Amino acid sequence: MIPIEHILLLSALLFTIGVMGVMLRRNVIVIFMSIELMLNAVNLSFVTFARSMDSMTGVVFIFFIIVVAAAEAVVGLSIILSIYRTRKTLNIEEFNLLKW
Amino acid sequence: MLIIFYIFAALSVFGALGVLFLRNPIHSALSLVGTFFCLGAIYVMLNAEFVAVIQVLVYAGAIMVLFLFVLMLLSSKDSGDYVNKWTIGKILAGLLSLGIFVQIAGLFTAENLELGPKGTYPLEVVEEVGSIALIGRLLFTDYILAFEIIAVLLLVAVIGAVVIAKRRFQ
Repeated sequence: MIPIEHILLLSALLFTIGVMGVMLRRNVIVIFMSIELMLNAVNLSFVTFARSMDSMTGVVFIFFIIVVAAAEAVVGLSIILSIYRTRKTLNIEEFNLLKW
Repeated sequence: MLIIFYIFAALSVFGALGVLFLRNPIHSALSLVGTFFCLGAIYVMLNAEFVAVIQVLVYAGAIMVLFLFVLMLLSSKDSGDYVNKWTIGKILAGLLSLGIFVQIAGLFTAENLELGPKGTYPLEVVEEVGSIALIGRLLFTDYILAFEIIAVLLLVAVIGAVVIAKRRFQ
């Protein structure tokens, strides 16, 4: 049996890499992929706690998280597509229409 | 078993670092697909076969293909120049994420972690009934309202994506 601390530490590490990706990268699609990575890290800790607590609720929650992630990816990518039509770039520094 | 887990854990961290450091966003996306596969293998080791299957089918199969489609559609050649040139900002980001890691890891490895009572699905029950049957039963009894709402959410996402991405002709 794998010790649960190690799986949870892997989940924390993946989440931290996702946070760093959001803060360091400037390409909006890479930032979006980092958000997906963070969602996956949380999924991993959900499965780990569900298994170690003999519960099924965490696994059902992952089903919902994956569906929400899919919906988020679809809507987010179409927003990026329509921003690209007007700005002709993927650099997030250029997306400043709402700034004042 | 433990050795296989460490191999997959190292590969998934490697793929995640690839997302962080590779310049070409298409390479980042492919490296993220590798991370998702490794996480799927870890889910199999945790006796969550259903989650492993939807991880590979939906995440690695559908969502990442969507990302690659959009990346190839937009094909921005100057994306290598999108780097944060503010060095203090980079250092601050590194320190902040280190702080986040220390906080989460300290919470996870705390000695007196209060987890509450155990659930009613030990490993023997899951292996006897099968995890897909248990998840299906829970989805259509205890979580039926959330299930219906998530169906509406998917419909709204599909319609919203079509409306937002539609080209407007004058």
